[in-house]
Order: sequence, then structure tokens, then C-alpha cells
Amino acid sequence: MSNAADLAALRASKDLAIEAHGLVKRFDGTIAVDGVDITVPRGSIYGVLGPNGAGKTTTLRMLLGIIDPDAGYRRVLGSERPTEVARRIGYLPEERGLYPSMKAYEAIAFLAALRGVPLAEGRARARTMLEEYGLAHAADRQIRQLSKGMAQQVQLIGTLIHNPDLVVLDEPFSGLDALNQGRLEQLIRALASRGATVLFSTHVIAHAERMCDQVAIIAGGKVPFAGPVDVARDRLRPQVRLETRVADGLWRAAIPAEARCDVRATGNALWYFTLPETGVEPLLRALIEGNAGILSLSIERAGLHDAFVAIAGEAAARALEENREEAQSVSRKGRR
Amino acid sequence: MVPERLRAAWVVARRDFVAVVFSKAFIFFLLGPLFPIVVGFFAGMIGASVQHDLDRAVIGIALPANEGDRLVSARAALVDTMPGGAPEFQVIERVRPGARFDARAALKNRRLAAVVSGTLAAPVLTATKGHSDEWRGMIALFASHARSAAPAPLADVRTDVVVTSAANEHNGQVVTAQAGQLLLFLLTMLLAGMVLSNLVEEKANKIIEVLAASIPMDALFLGKLFAMLAVSMVGIAVWASGYGVMVLIGTRSIPLLATPAVGWPLFLGLGFAYFSMAYLLLGSMFLAIGGMANTVREVQTLSMPATMMQLIVFFLASFALARPGSLIEWVAQVFPISSPYAMLAYAAQHTGVMPHVIALAWQGLCVALMVRGGALLFRRSVMKSGPARPRRRGGKIAIEVAG
Repeated sequence: MSNAADLAALRASKDLAIEAHGLVKRFDGTIAVDGVDITVPRGSIYGVLGPNGAGKTTTLRMLLGIIDPDAGYRRVLGSERPTEVARRIGYLPEERGLYPSMKAYEAIAFLAALRGVPLAEGRARARTMLEEYGLAHAADRQIRQLSKGMAQQVQLIGTLIHNPDLVVLDEPFSGLDALNQGRLEQLIRALASRGATVLFSTHVIAHAERMCDQVAIIAGGKVPFAGPVDVARDRLRPQVRLETRVADGLWRAAIPAEARCDVRATGNALWYFTLPETGVEPLLRALIEGNAGILSLSIERAGLHDAFVAIAGEAAARALEENREEAQSVSRKGRR
Repeated sequence: MVPERLRAAWVVARRDFVAVVFSKAFIFFLLGPLFPIVVGFFAGMIGASVQHDLDRAVIGIALPANEGDRLVSARAALVDTMPGGAPEFQVIERVRPGARFDARAALKNRRLAAVVSGTLAAPVLTATKGHSDEWRGMIALFASHARSAAPAPLADVRTDVVVTSAANEHNGQVVTAQAGQLLLFLLTMLLAGMVLSNLVEEKANKIIEVLAASIPMDALFLGKLFAMLAVSMVGIAVWASGYGVMVLIGTRSIPLLATPAVGWPLFLGLGFAYFSMAYLLLGSMFLAIGGMANTVREVQTLSMPATMMQLIVFFLASFALARPGSLIEWVAQVFPISSPYAMLAYAAQHTGVMPHVIALAWQGLCVALMVRGGALLFRRSVMKSGPARPRRRGGKIAIEVAG
């Protein structure tokens, strides 16, 4: 199918909350985002995964209409101008911000009013939601009087106050302790179960792996992979760990030549190799018929982390790991 | 249905208005004009006292025998008919016949403004050039009066007072125009500067991202601008009420100005409209400039050039006022920033209403364009939106726009 036909198909699709094709953004001559393609199905939880500086935030900002792409096509909730459907979108930016002098419930009502909710209704909803989140005691306190975590929760409520169809969260887990991270995960699942589409960026693979239906891996401004998490993991063959009583025999032919073998003092042999494309049955048959003496056999499906390494490369994976450790250290310091 | 942009602007304006008006700092803002009034009151008292001492000029009289006393009597008889009165006369010496009096020495050694010596028939006035020119005629009149045994009564001049003359009316309206321009300038200078720092809070608090994702940027600009205009209106209403109270209790008086050509009610209405336009025009420009600043310090740095620009605009409008019908007047009326000042002066001197309708429409259009331009500039330079601009590298232009 030609590019034009692809684009026409994209435009015709009604089951997508977000469709982006070939998004490009440069800042002062530096390419931040280089031809990003993303399609987010309605009602899904979609993760944008990549290390800091990969282009995640820039991509989200383009999808929200905060900035316009230098090139490419985007369609959000059926509109090519995301600001026109802003009332149906909730956005939590990476750098959180509220007016410090506003009371918590007023700040939420203000965010609701920006998205078209009448002020009185927004105030009432804000009080109800603060109660639901266990923050009723903070409703009449000024934002500057709240802890960082509480202010973050107030902003999250402000993001969801107008029951958006699409929720975009930029690094929502950063700065949260483990307990609140768990609560946020529950909340995201709850949003998706009521039909909302959730798009979030993260540099913590575990969050994406646990929650997302689909992910886009961003590295160096490009998207080398976008699709279901299972498809990403299936990019890698499962890893086999086999322990046999003997180290040699006719069955050896069934084991890939590049397999690593450690022979123990007892004579037992430990094998590590990638599951052959023929699958596990021929291997098992050869081992049993060849009297290999199977002591243990485990087949591990590749995790998203391995898939990320394979797709984005070692350097991107290392950067991602460093970001995670950095965030954890900041979070620990914050808690102290 | 209210258009989305206006609705969004209203949300922003309401928040900003409440945040400013219900803050403690706003009380100081309202009290601001009180400080110059208090300082002016005390400075005026001190100045008046000093001026009173300076104004009490004394002329020393050194004439033979009782001639000095006769001159003092003549002054007393005529002083009420002299416009502006006459200096005090004080006999400092009754000169004996044949003796000489050194008037210059007396002037040097005593606190006298002038000395009259010689005789009543031939008085000599010793004084500085200015004083001698000023008092020469007066001394001659008093001396003649003192010399005559039975002074001729002064002719009774009948007066025929007219309300105004054509020249007087024109001059009065020019003064009204100047006063209107000055008031407009002072108010916009005092109030529009606040807009400069208006977006710094949003940028510092990082809330600008949420605002940019929720509403059009020009709605944000418009909302902020109208919020500050409303805050200014509250300030003006409070100050005007305060002034009204002072007039009622008699500590202040309403300045007497000639009736403007369009009449006071319309002139005041136009003044209100032109203040709004001047504020919105300057404010939209300041908002765009201030939006580029990242910190309060940067805003402070920008405020001086902004004030200078306001002064230039005011001078242009004032200059045009003195040149009716000239190209400069037309330029001042058409150039958006100076147009409110020039048109208010026009209202003071001309009766036509249609030019004001056109001018207000033009100014409104300019406000809309400037808000849109400011928002676009903000999106491009601060939010880094829009296509990358061509960059000049090594003398060649490298086009970096993709797609």
C-alpha cells in the first residue's frame, strides 16, 4: 500500500484515539523528534517508553497541540487540531504546576473550567473527588501549604475532573512513592476500564510492562517499535535453561550450535540457548529419545526490558536504566 | 453560544482578577497614589511658607524730611487698585538736607528688595534690573500721588464681562485636551506596566503547559489583558471615589477646565473608551514582551524601555496637539499606540463623533491583531512551536523546515 493510501486508511479509522504519522520537530537545528508514527486505539493503555531526551515529551506536546510539528500528520480524537478537542483531553505535564495561592478545590475547579466545566459544578466535583482520594482535609488549603505529593495528586484530580476521553500523562510516576505509584496504576486501569484512552510516557519499563496494552519505544527521536507489548516481547525468541545428566549424546544435534554449556563437577551439564524456531516439541523429543537425562528445563519468554534492548539498542537501554536509578534516588531524597 | 476563545479568556480573566484583587498587595496598590498626595501636601506647605517669605519684598525709603512718610501714605491709598498688590514700603532714613544717602550700600547691608532715594520730585530707584523695570512705574505713580496736595480721584472704569471669547474658548479647550492627555498618560503609565510581569507567574509555576494544552494561547493573552484592565478600573474607581470624598469635605477642588467641544458627558465617556484602548494596546504589547522574560529580574530590565516608549508616544501626541491639521497630527491619530491620546485631544477641540467611532474600531482591530501576534510570538519563541526558522550559517541561509 502506498504512503497516501496508508494515510487515507489512518484518516478513515474511527477506532483510534490518536493517529500520528511522520511527526518531525526540530529545536534550533537539533532534531528532537524524527518521523514518529503512533496509533493509539480507543480505550487502551498506551505507553511511550524511552530514556530522558529521547523525544517523549516533545511527541506528547505535539499530540496535544501545545507545539506544532515541523512536518507530519496528527489526528487526536478525530480532530487534526488537538486544541479543538481539548475539552475531551486531560493532561498531566512532566513539570507539574499549579497556582500556589489557590486553594486545592479552587485549583481543581479552575482546571475544570479551562476544559469547559462550569465553575460551580467544578467546585462541587472537586470536593467530591478530593474526598474520594482521601484529600478532603486539604480542600481548603492553599497549594503552597500542601506537600509535593499532595499537590501532585491535586493536579492529577484536576487532570481527570472533566471525565476526559483521552488522558495524557507525562512521566506520571516520577516523584511518587511506591504506595502512590501503586494507586496511580490502579487509577489508570480504572480509567481504561470505563472506556478512556490513557497515554503515558515513562522511563520505567516495569510500569509499561505491567499496564500497557501497547507501547511505542522512542530512542533518539525515532520510534523503532510501536505496537502491542506481546509483539515487542515476541521479537525475541524465548530463552532455554536446560540441565542434563550427561554432556554429550546424539541429542546434541537438537541443541543450537551457539548454546553455552557449563559442565559441573558431577558431570551434569547446564545449557543456555535461544529456543529454536522449530519450537519446544522437537527439542524435547530429541532429548528424551537420546536419553539426555533431563534434570530441569525452563523456557523463559523475553521481558519488555530485553525487547527494549533488542529494539532500541544497548545504549538506549543503559540510558533508561540510569534514568530509573536517578529517579529512584531523587524520590528517596524527596521522601527523606 | 459564547465562542470558545471568549469563554476561555473569561476563565483566565476571572482567575487573574480574583487573584489580584483579593490579595494583600492590592491594598498597597490602591494606597499607592496616596503617597504622592501626602508628600505633595507637605511639600506644598513647606513650599508655600518659603514662597511667602520670598514674596514679602520690602522697598526701603530714604527721602528728605517727611517725604518718605508721604510716599508710604500714597502707597497705602493706592495699593488696593494695583493688580497683584505692591511691596511693603519701609522708611529707612529721613535724609537731612544736603546729606547724601548711599542706596547701594543700604541694599547690600539690609534685606531690602530696592531702595528709593533722591526726592519725591526726582526719585531714584536702586534695584536689580528686573525689579527696577517692574517697579519703576509704580514708584512714579506713588510719588506723583504723594506730591499733589489734593490727589485726583481715580477714574471709575465700568466693566463689561463676557463669558468667553473665541480665542479664550479655543485656548481653554487646548488646555482641556492637554489635561485629558496627561491624565490618560499617567493612568496608562501607572497601570499598563503591571502587564509586563503577567506571564512570569505561569512560566515560573510551570502551569503554562496545562494552559497551553487546554485553551488557545490568544485566549490566555486576552483573558490576562482584560483581567488587568478590570483591576485597573477598580483602582481608578477607588481613587476617583477618594478624590470625590476629598472634594466633598473641601480638602480638594475640581480643576476648572473649559468645556470640551463634544461636551463633558461624551468627553468622559470617550476618555473611558480611550483609556481602555490605550491600556489594551500597550498591555498587549507589554504582555508579548513580558512573555519573553523568564524571571522577574528580566521583567524589571524590560520595564525601563517600556516606560520610555510610553513617554515617546505621549510626546508624539502632545506635539501633534500643538500642530492641528498637520501630517504629524494625522500620524498621531492613526498610529495605534498614540491614537487614543490624539483622539481624546481631538474630542476636546472638535464636535464630530464619527471620527471617534472609526478610531475606536481601528484601535479595537489593532488590539485584536496585537493579541494574536503576541500569542503567536509566545508560542513560537517560548513554547517553541511552529516550523523552524531559516538559520544563517557561514553567510549562507540553511532552510531547516522539514516536510
